Amino acid sequence: MSPETPAGNVWPIWEVFVRSSRGLSHVHAGSLHAPDAAMALRNARDLYTRRNEGVSIWVVPADAIASSDPDAKGAFFESPQGKDYRHATYYTKSEGVKHL
Amino acid sequence: MATQTLQSVPAELTPEQLEEAARHEAEGQAYFDRVMAEDSRIEPRDWMPAAYRKTLIRQISQHAHSEIIGMQPEANWISRAPSLKRKAILMAKVQDEAGHGLYLYSAAETLGQPRDQMMQDLMDGKAKYSSIFNYPARTWADMGAIGWMVDGAAIANQVPLCRASFGPYGRAMVRVCKEESFHQRQGFEILLELSHGTPEQKQMAQEAVNRWYAPALMMFGPPDDDSPNSKQSMAWNIKRFSNDELRNRFVGMMMEQVKVLDLTLPDKDIRFNEETKKWEHGPLDWDEFHEVLKGRGPCNAQRLERRREAHENGTWVREAAAAYARKQAEKESAA
Repeated sequence: MSPETPAGNVWPIWEVFVRSSRGLSHVHAGSLHAPDAAMALRNARDLYTRRNEGVSIWVVPADAIASSDPDAKGAFFESPQGKDYRHATYYTKSEGVKHL
Repeated sequence: MATQTLQSVPAELTPEQLEEAARHEAEGQAYFDRVMAEDSRIEPRDWMPAAYRKTLIRQISQHAHSEIIGMQPEANWISRAPSLKRKAILMAKVQDEAGHGLYLYSAAETLGQPRDQMMQDLMDGKAKYSSIFNYPARTWADMGAIGWMVDGAAIANQVPLCRASFGPYGRAMVRVCKEESFHQRQGFEILLELSHGTPEQKQMAQEAVNRWYAPALMMFGPPDDDSPNSKQSMAWNIKRFSNDELRNRFVGMMMEQVKVLDLTLPDKDIRFNEETKKWEHGPLDWDEFHEVLKGRGPCNAQRLERRREAHENGTWVREAAAAYARKQAEKESAA
């Protein structure tokens, strides 16, 4: 997927995700400007992995990311509130029992 | 994340809309105040006071400009580095400075300020950057003094900024600080080798230390009683220690390290105050500081000229890359 390249020379913003070693997920490292995906990957390598910080890189056009509304975070994340029973620590009667 | 919501304000608002807007502001302020009280972090799309946003854009972009302009005094010595190893190290360091500039521009962009605008402001002479980079690097030993003292002062300043209340700034600073420690150590090593070399080399190292000492101390900014923005920045958890606190702490570190170098600091008034338990230093020439900041330092014109030149020389590259990307996208959509 490639974002709309503006008519001028202002390159679009890409978000960069780096996998630091095999077995770990890609983690957001930062962002950069690039005219297309190939250049975004090369720029990301030069900018975010100068010291062997990664074995794999994803670049995603910033405007392709959908995110939750920061003003509605209360309502949006309400469902898990008060549901402590979803955590193992809720169950205290088994304390002292081995391998549980 | 660089995305953000920009809300346009309609020309005329109904009383209900005005009320709604006021409620939104009040809720936003309350949330912001809570985040500050808990010493938590503000993220780009959170509500924030307009002055907080403005202060951060100014500070982060000035910081980015300093990294970019800071490439120049050192790039000047790449072709004259005394060995292939030193040349490779210096190139890596200058490349890091470019990287630091880009991390910081990215952080500032999350506040809604386009990078091109910031760069244009720098080239137009509208934006400030650290006064230290308007001093010339006269000898190879200056590469050592810059690494040890200038990067050392930068680290002392930047470590507390890793905890700045604005998330993207703090995260950029974590990355920067990790990389800066290599810069400081390589500078120290250059000075150490020179100070243990021939008498001429030792003298060259001493003279570089003499040249950079006062400008490095002034990197922490004006004295506390002459630093009008500090108080607000500390209330917003952007700044964690005052200019003088950081400066005094830095002087103490230099005093220990200079002994290992077998050199001296050009300041007879340095002393440890037993009462305050703080290091003190001699008077600094703040008139000079303000002159350099206003653009009348030894290298201001040259630094900006070089920046504009580099930008102009890169125009065809930016145009070609954008044209290629457009062409590929057209091919893709035609296929």
